Amino acid sequence: MVSLAHKISIAPGPSKVPGVEIAIKDVSHRFDLEGAPLPVLDRVNFTAQRGEFVALLGPSGCGKSTLLRLVAGLEPPTQGAITSNGALIAGPDPSRVVVFQDPTLFPWRNVRDNVALGLEAQGLLKQRGARIDETLALVGLEAFAKAFPHQLSGGMAQRVALARALVNDPELLILDEPLGKLDSLTRLSMQGEIVNLWRRSGFTVLLVTHDVEEALLMATRVIVFSERPATIKADIAIDQPYPRHRDDPDLVAQRRNILGLLGLDGSW
Amino acid sequence: MSLLSIEAEASRGAPALPSRETLTRAALAIAAGAAWLVFAVITETWPDAGEWGRGPELARATGGFGGALILAGLFGGFFPRVAARVRRYTPWLLALGLVFILWQLTTAKLAMLPQPFFPPPHALVEVFVDDWPKLWESVVASIRLELLGFLAGAVAGFLVGVSLGWSRAFGYWVHPVMRLIGPMPSIAWLPIAFFAFPSSFSASIFLIGLTTGFPVAVLTWSGVASVNSAYYDVARTLGASRAFLIFKVAIPAALPHVFVGLFMGLGASFAVLVTAEMMGVKAGLGFYLQWAQGWASYANMYAALLVMSLMCSGLITLLFRLRDRLLSWQKAEVQW
Repeated sequence: MVSLAHKISIAPGPSKVPGVEIAIKDVSHRFDLEGAPLPVLDRVNFTAQRGEFVALLGPSGCGKSTLLRLVAGLEPPTQGAITSNGALIAGPDPSRVVVFQDPTLFPWRNVRDNVALGLEAQGLLKQRGARIDETLALVGLEAFAKAFPHQLSGGMAQRVALARALVNDPELLILDEPLGKLDSLTRLSMQGEIVNLWRRSGFTVLLVTHDVEEALLMATRVIVFSERPATIKADIAIDQPYPRHRDDPDLVAQRRNILGLLGLDGSW
Repeated sequence: MSLLSIEAEASRGAPALPSRETLTRAALAIAAGAAWLVFAVITETWPDAGEWGRGPELARATGGFGGALILAGLFGGFFPRVAARVRRYTPWLLALGLVFILWQLTTAKLAMLPQPFFPPPHALVEVFVDDWPKLWESVVASIRLELLGFLAGAVAGFLVGVSLGWSRAFGYWVHPVMRLIGPMPSIAWLPIAFFAFPSSFSASIFLIGLTTGFPVAVLTWSGVASVNSAYYDVARTLGASRAFLIFKVAIPAALPHVFVGLFMGLGASFAVLVTAEMMGVKAGLGFYLQWAQGWASYANMYAALLVMSLMCSGLITLLFRLRDRLLSWQKAEVQW
């Protein structure tokens, strides 16, 4: 893992892309469960600035992942509007890519072809095919280009999923608990890798997590949600420089503060 | 096999005493060879209880084979590669030799099984040697009909399955029809098909296609319907069009299911093929079987059955090969 981090620092970085401003305006959302409406988001308002790294924290099942699906354009919100640089988000777009909790690699495609997916879908394979190998090198997996997903470890598969997103040079990277199922060592090294990638490229990041420490180590801003239906409980700027250390007294104080907001101040 | 470890042990400087395992292997090969030799001797020297041709030829061939097996048992040590190949088959060869002896004794020699329903081995040899042009012609006709029907059915079933999995409007109209017609054995259409179609050949293609198409359609449909919706989410966020979702996501993801349907369809279509050939098509192995039965040539029937089983097994093998090639990304569960 150490050698991987080193590799990332010398590999060609992602192309410098300007991040987008994502505005979430008065968004409420309901699911229809067997005829009974289940409210999951209740008038959520915030704006992620260009190039900002926003972590969304909240109790399990509170609706933060749903918010990401709305931002990705996979579903329209029941009420309210979401804009990207002022333009209404009406559907999915490869400038806003998602990395899900499961890598969801296509098992019938090898690693390289999985990374190529976005370019292939957009008909850009010929023009920008070279980006595929660059991006694979960026996540340290160039040696596994021909491997099939069932041959990869969880961490490697999630790296491929990250490469599959980054190859499109996104303006917004949507991370839906991407490290949630990884072992703690892989998790720590990938937190650092993602932060490095973000700092070198400039896209905007929305990260859903329920790991307070992860949010504090990675994000420039942490938004804390309530239980379902989710409303914003707190919006905290984290001004620490990178690389951050988990024992930093300011971060420890913030963690105590946020755990308190989540109703867990008694523990730890 | 056999004394094959002699070399290895000699090279280590040990005395050239074959291991117990080596001796067993050699003995097995020699026993198998002996069984085939005994069969040859019985066939040649014991007078038949009836009139069957090609006994001497069979005796010579099996005698030579038995001799070769014994030689392999004795000197296999000098040809370890060949020996290793033969070794895999010796238990089967021994068993087959014994079965052939039993078959020969109970039919041609002692006439214990009722005649003429159970011809001896050399009667089958006679059929293969003397009637092979007609048998070959039948095999070609059967394979042609089977492949035409199977391909038509597979393509139609696949298209129906994908459309059912993808389009609600298509499902509204086609699903009830498929539920009504699909489970019915296609053979039931036979009387209608033979006058509704211009020829019994085209009618048979229709019946074989119908038999193949139903399981292919149902399995393809279920395959498309059970595709992990996260795959679509991933593809959509990466800019996939509707066509991309169908051809690059739904179909590849459903392919393992499709192959289950193809295997079911192929298996079921053999029954329809033989029936159609017996009932109307004046060609093919089914027709040959019926023709042989009409002339009470039972040896020809057994010969045709043997050829038919080889043909069906061969077609299944081809489908397995195709699956292994297209689904190489899966870990193969069954080796055919």
